[in-house]
Amino acid sequence: MGAFLAKRFLGVLPVIFGVSIVIFLLVQLAPGDTATVLLGPQATEAAKEELRRALGLDRPLAVQYFQWLGRVLTGDFGTSIATQIPVLDLVLPRFVNTLILTAASLLLAIVLGYGIGFFTALRANSLFDRIATSCMLMAGSAPPFWLGLVLVLVFAIDLGWFPVSGMEDFAGDGGTMDLLHHLVLPAVTTALGPAAIIARIVRSGILDVLGRAHVRVARSKGLQRRDLLRRHVILNALPPIVTITGLQLGYLLGGALLTEVVFAWPGLGSLLYDSITARDLPVLQAATLLIALAFVLANIAVDAINAMLDPRLREI
Amino acid sequence: MSAAQIPSLVVENLTTRFGSDRDGATVVDGVSFVLTPGQTMALVGESGSGKSATALSLMRLIEPPGRIIAGRVLLDGRDLLTMPERGMEDVRGGQIGMVFQDPLTSLNPALTIGRQITETILAHRDITPAEAERQAIDLLVRVGVSDAARRIHDYPHHFSGGMRQRVLIASAISCAPAIIIADEPTTALDVTVQAKILRLLHDLQQEMHASMLLITHDLGVVAAMADTVMVMYAGRIVEQTDVDTLFHAPRHPYTKALLACVAGIEDDRSVPLQPISGMAPDLKDLPRGCRFAPRCPLVQDVCRTTDPALRAVSRSHSVACLLVQEETAVV
Repeated sequence: MGAFLAKRFLGVLPVIFGVSIVIFLLVQLAPGDTATVLLGPQATEAAKEELRRALGLDRPLAVQYFQWLGRVLTGDFGTSIATQIPVLDLVLPRFVNTLILTAASLLLAIVLGYGIGFFTALRANSLFDRIATSCMLMAGSAPPFWLGLVLVLVFAIDLGWFPVSGMEDFAGDGGTMDLLHHLVLPAVTTALGPAAIIARIVRSGILDVLGRAHVRVARSKGLQRRDLLRRHVILNALPPIVTITGLQLGYLLGGALLTEVVFAWPGLGSLLYDSITARDLPVLQAATLLIALAFVLANIAVDAINAMLDPRLREI
Repeated sequence: MSAAQIPSLVVENLTTRFGSDRDGATVVDGVSFVLTPGQTMALVGESGSGKSATALSLMRLIEPPGRIIAGRVLLDGRDLLTMPERGMEDVRGGQIGMVFQDPLTSLNPALTIGRQITETILAHRDITPAEAERQAIDLLVRVGVSDAARRIHDYPHHFSGGMRQRVLIASAISCAPAIIIADEPTTALDVTVQAKILRLLHDLQQEMHASMLLITHDLGVVAAMADTVMVMYAGRIVEQTDVDTLFHAPRHPYTKALLACVAGIEDDRSVPLQPISGMAPDLKDLPRGCRFAPRCPLVQDVCRTTDPALRAVSRSHSVACLLVQEETAVV
């Protein structure tokens, strides 16, 4: 397993390198000019030129990239152009908040998706299956920002069960319970779409394995139903399900960024929005790189889990 | 078959249907037979004739939309078809061991082969996992897997098709079942491996004095292995007799036609093999009268209107054909 993980990590290094280039170039492609944004439309051409030189923006792109990469590798993401705060101090706390929302959404999507997928598969084509599958389809088709607004209207404003927005009660003493209370609506909003996709994959995956020859053989051995399902159905159905779950993590991160805007969740979403409008390149680059890293790490975790589940993958 | 022996399995009027009452097919239609200890009974027929469905029905492994709609399957005087599912779990793998057709897909790729044998043992015996593992090693040695103590930790993809079938046989006999059902156990294997697997099954059955229901479409296998034979056509048993009578004095036109399709080593090569004309009938739309009538070379008017029942023509020979009379044959 150690060798397997080492190989996987080595394998993603070129990916991360490529991602860093794309991130750097994407920001360059965006319209607008940093100096103009910072100094305002009235600024003289000489002043803008002066600023560009100070920020190093007048050098060739390749030089800018490698200077940036060199600093990033030593943990120095620079200073925010707009706020003059060190980028990491700005981005990390927001990133943690986004991770809290993403993790909660992932947990919810897994519990809902795996549970509903599993039981609809065992009762395929029953009334329960049809109702649950339609409900998940509807919930999963709703755009997150619209779903968020509806949930706020019903559960926060009409029923008053949950707070409308934010991450903690300024009047209260904070703490985990308060955080969880604030977490419910944004997590549900972000999780429903991925949960619907996961449920469908789980349902078809379990149904596929149930029809395989080795399950019939296992039944002919006289195993108890619980052992049969655990060892011969779920264990074999999991690898593609885990892969899809890992892919959904990317969607969850993206969805969380949108949800954050609706619920005023102090995560990366609003920071990204602000730094894009301000052309705050260092912040933009650091935030995007962190998200990409999280995605790559999640995929390594998926590969590791699958290798534990399927002996054939361990030998590749 | 000695009549004095206590039968190990009695099957009466077993009927299994797929699909709804209106739009469905009766794939096993009133099958009855008796298995005695130590006996090998072959069930032969074309693809789709209901051989495998018969075997799965005996184990109550028919899955929806299929269901057993009538009959009794008596094992030690208890009817398996009315038994609670818990009781069936004891029967499966415990009293009836089953070997399936395709060893390449019959093993779980995510479990070691040792685990796939010990789980059968542990489901039926109250012993420790370590003791079950010792028994699994013994079983693997018995079925001819070399270096068994090491190989129980390997996964199925490290084994060839023949070796996998040996592992599956080890699992099926791990609890010394009184009955072995082998559903085309060699169909998916190389010809050179087939004979070895059949020999192994035969030897194990003799050692354990078990009865075996051997499902096959290969008449060569029947000749080599079986004591008695049932010929199945379109869900029905059409002829049932001992193996010598089947090959030397078959009575049903379908059985005769089957034998005519097979080339023997000493056959005259100038006489071409005779394929059976036509197709097996659609079970959803069976012809009136005899099911074989549309393909039968000897068909009479009465065959198209009257459905023949399986009747005894001698003490150990039954035929479902209107043209066959007791002992004095017309055909």
